[in-house]
Amino acid sequence: MGWTRKDLLTIRELEAAEILTLVDTAASLQEIATREIKKVPALRGKTVVNLFYENSTRTRTSFEIAGKWLSADVINFSATGSSAAKGESFVDTARNIAAMSPDVVVVRHSSSGAPALLARELSCSIVNAGDGAHEHPTQALLDLLTIREKKGHFEGLSVAIVGDIAHSRVARSNIHGMKKLGMTVTVAGPPTLIPPYAQELGCKVSYRLEDAIRDVDVIMMLRLQQERMHAGLIPSLREYSRYWGLTLDRLAAHARPDVLIMHPGPVNRGVELSPEVADGPYSVILDQVSKGVAVRMAVLLLLAGGRSGEAQAQ
Amino acid sequence: MTARPSRLREKAEVLDTAALDRALTRIAHEILEKNGGAKDVTFVGLRTRGVTLAQRLAAKIASIDGASLPVGTLDITLYRDDLDMIGAPVVRATDIPFSIKDKTVVLVDDVLFTGRTIRAALDALIDLGRPKMIQLAILVDRGHRELPIRPDYIGKNLPTSRREAVAVRLTEHDGEDRVVIEEPEEA
Repeated sequence: MGWTRKDLLTIRELEAAEILTLVDTAASLQEIATREIKKVPALRGKTVVNLFYENSTRTRTSFEIAGKWLSADVINFSATGSSAAKGESFVDTARNIAAMSPDVVVVRHSSSGAPALLARELSCSIVNAGDGAHEHPTQALLDLLTIREKKGHFEGLSVAIVGDIAHSRVARSNIHGMKKLGMTVTVAGPPTLIPPYAQELGCKVSYRLEDAIRDVDVIMMLRLQQERMHAGLIPSLREYSRYWGLTLDRLAAHARPDVLIMHPGPVNRGVELSPEVADGPYSVILDQVSKGVAVRMAVLLLLAGGRSGEAQAQ
Repeated sequence: MTARPSRLREKAEVLDTAALDRALTRIAHEILEKNGGAKDVTFVGLRTRGVTLAQRLAAKIASIDGASLPVGTLDITLYRDDLDMIGAPVVRATDIPFSIKDKTVVLVDDVLFTGRTIRAALDALIDLGRPKMIQLAILVDRGHRELPIRPDYIGKNLPTSRREAVAVRLTEHDGEDRVVIEEPEEA
């Protein structure tokens, strides 16, 4: 299916065929990472601005490398040490950046919906690189690419997403994508961290790690943010780890021998994942990171690589 | 790289199954003759039918000379000069699992038209390494070049008008081995 959207804001709004277009394109672009000269001319003369209002090493670097390998000019704009710190509003900052005629603006913001706001305000393409607890579409796409490469297909696979589902944009984007592609999703975590929307989206809910990971093809562990403890949602890290930490013993006793272990990073070693599991044979955490570059290349290429008049018609 | 009119009808058959096979056999012999054997010769086919033709040429050389030559796949989408004129690009994988450094690369495509695809392929190949030599093998040369590009091996020279299309049909993709010339239906 051809790509016609101006922006990539959510997985929720995409059709299954569009998700597959992104995943297929990313799969094709992976080969560039293995070349001696990691550069192709596809986005020569295009400008990509990384506009990051939240800290991020992995995602920002990954977008930066993706843009550079496609020959785009990539400019990083972080909120600290910029006009945002001097009190300029988000939309004003974005308009000023837009006045420099970028082709794509990649936005990360702590407020849900910030990228959608920019997409309405600006005529260039907007990519959501994570907005609040809403969505993180490129992370879901790289997770899906990793799953397909390891399992060969999507339809009929079962996945357990474990941890702080309520505050996770990664979980939300993945749930939308996985359901559209015919996968079964179980979300698991302490009741305080399971959002009401999980069942509405057709997920099974489990409150015991041992039940959630039984017979699934993929286990996706989420990072536990320490702030959740201070907000009173979990009693202590130690208790969380005791009930929800994925250890070798638990894996051996309850999970299938060919299960994939995923984590969007950064890992809290010893909290949600024991080090032996994070570094173990079923872990594909580093595959996920390298797939991230291919996915972001695919997104930039599909948004900025085609006919600008058509793709950016408002 | 040129968009085809939507509705076409067959105007004439250019190569039938036997003629297509003879053309490939001849090109295989020419490749061996020109390069003094099969040493250091590699094939790179352009997606999609160029790859199939490259595999057939390699098989022919294997049966003539006994040499097993590697065949790679090249997708030139990222190197097109008209990316700004098409819709969102459809990229498929490039897969050349051998080094082309200091090798003779025979680039294979089904139809040579404006030459812009080959220009893109040359750029793409050179980004992958520095071959000793690049040669071009084409099943049908239909003329109308827009760039100074000339094939080394030609299955069939076929003068065409710009409104016509040349369809190379191969068993692996189309269920038959045939080359036909097509013209718009309203003509």
